[in-house]
Amino acid sequence: MSNVTCAFIIQRPPYKSETSTLGFTHAISWQVVEMLLDEGQNVVPTVCFVGEGVLNLYTNQKAMENYGVTSIESHGKNSLLVDLDMLVCKEDLERFGIPEDRLLDAEDMGADKKLQIVPYAEIQKAMESCKHLLFF
Amino acid sequence: MGTLTIGCFASLVGSKSLDFTLKLANAAADKGHKVNLWLSGNATVMGKNHQKHLKDYSTGEKPTMELLKKGVEICECEACALARGIQKPDAIEGIQWNAMHWYLAKIYNSDRVLHVGGE
Repeated sequence: MSNVTCAFIIQRPPYKSETSTLGFTHAISWQVVEMLLDEGQNVVPTVCFVGEGVLNLYTNQKAMENYGVTSIESHGKNSLLVDLDMLVCKEDLERFGIPEDRLLDAEDMGADKKLQIVPYAEIQKAMESCKHLLFF
Repeated sequence: MGTLTIGCFASLVGSKSLDFTLKLANAAADKGHKVNLWLSGNATVMGKNHQKHLKDYSTGEKPTMELLKKGVEICECEACALARGIQKPDAIEGIQWNAMHWYLAKIYNSDRVLHVGGE
């Protein structure tokens, strides 16, 4: 009986393809994986945003208005709401000139978790500590 | 022997990644490994029956049937399939339909995971 750790590394930009959305939805599905496992078993995901993946975290996305689909921002907020650890590469935010106050949070939904903006070295450490890596 | 879970997100047509995935799953099954295959995103088109094998395009139905006969568990994302107009009566028999937690549960019990991303 133990947990299996997985890192979901989101590196693709939003909306250009379905890839980053699937990264979020697969990570969120951790919420119900216990239904298919034995007592005491669980999968513990950590979601990491690197490269163009950090662009998924912009706040005030207008996906419904522009594309008629749920925004990736809402997937991000739901991820925080279900207590996913979400690490964001500090260097990549700086590279794109994205200030921290332009990033989503889920305080309005009552989430306790917040995005963790960390140097890439910490993301590397998190990936090395996980049993499986899934790149989106 | 080990357990290998492969997640594939690439389309059958327009990429050779899914073709590669099926061949890899077949090789692993032939070596006696337990293989699970999760199809999500554009890869769910693979689960559609009555594929015509035009020589210019990859086809997945025949190799998939062989994998199923060898005991490979194949499951596709129901939402991804329905969004692409594939209904259950159109699905290849033996392919399971479920949601993303199926993939995570198989990952839990796997020695190795290969995640073949989409475009």
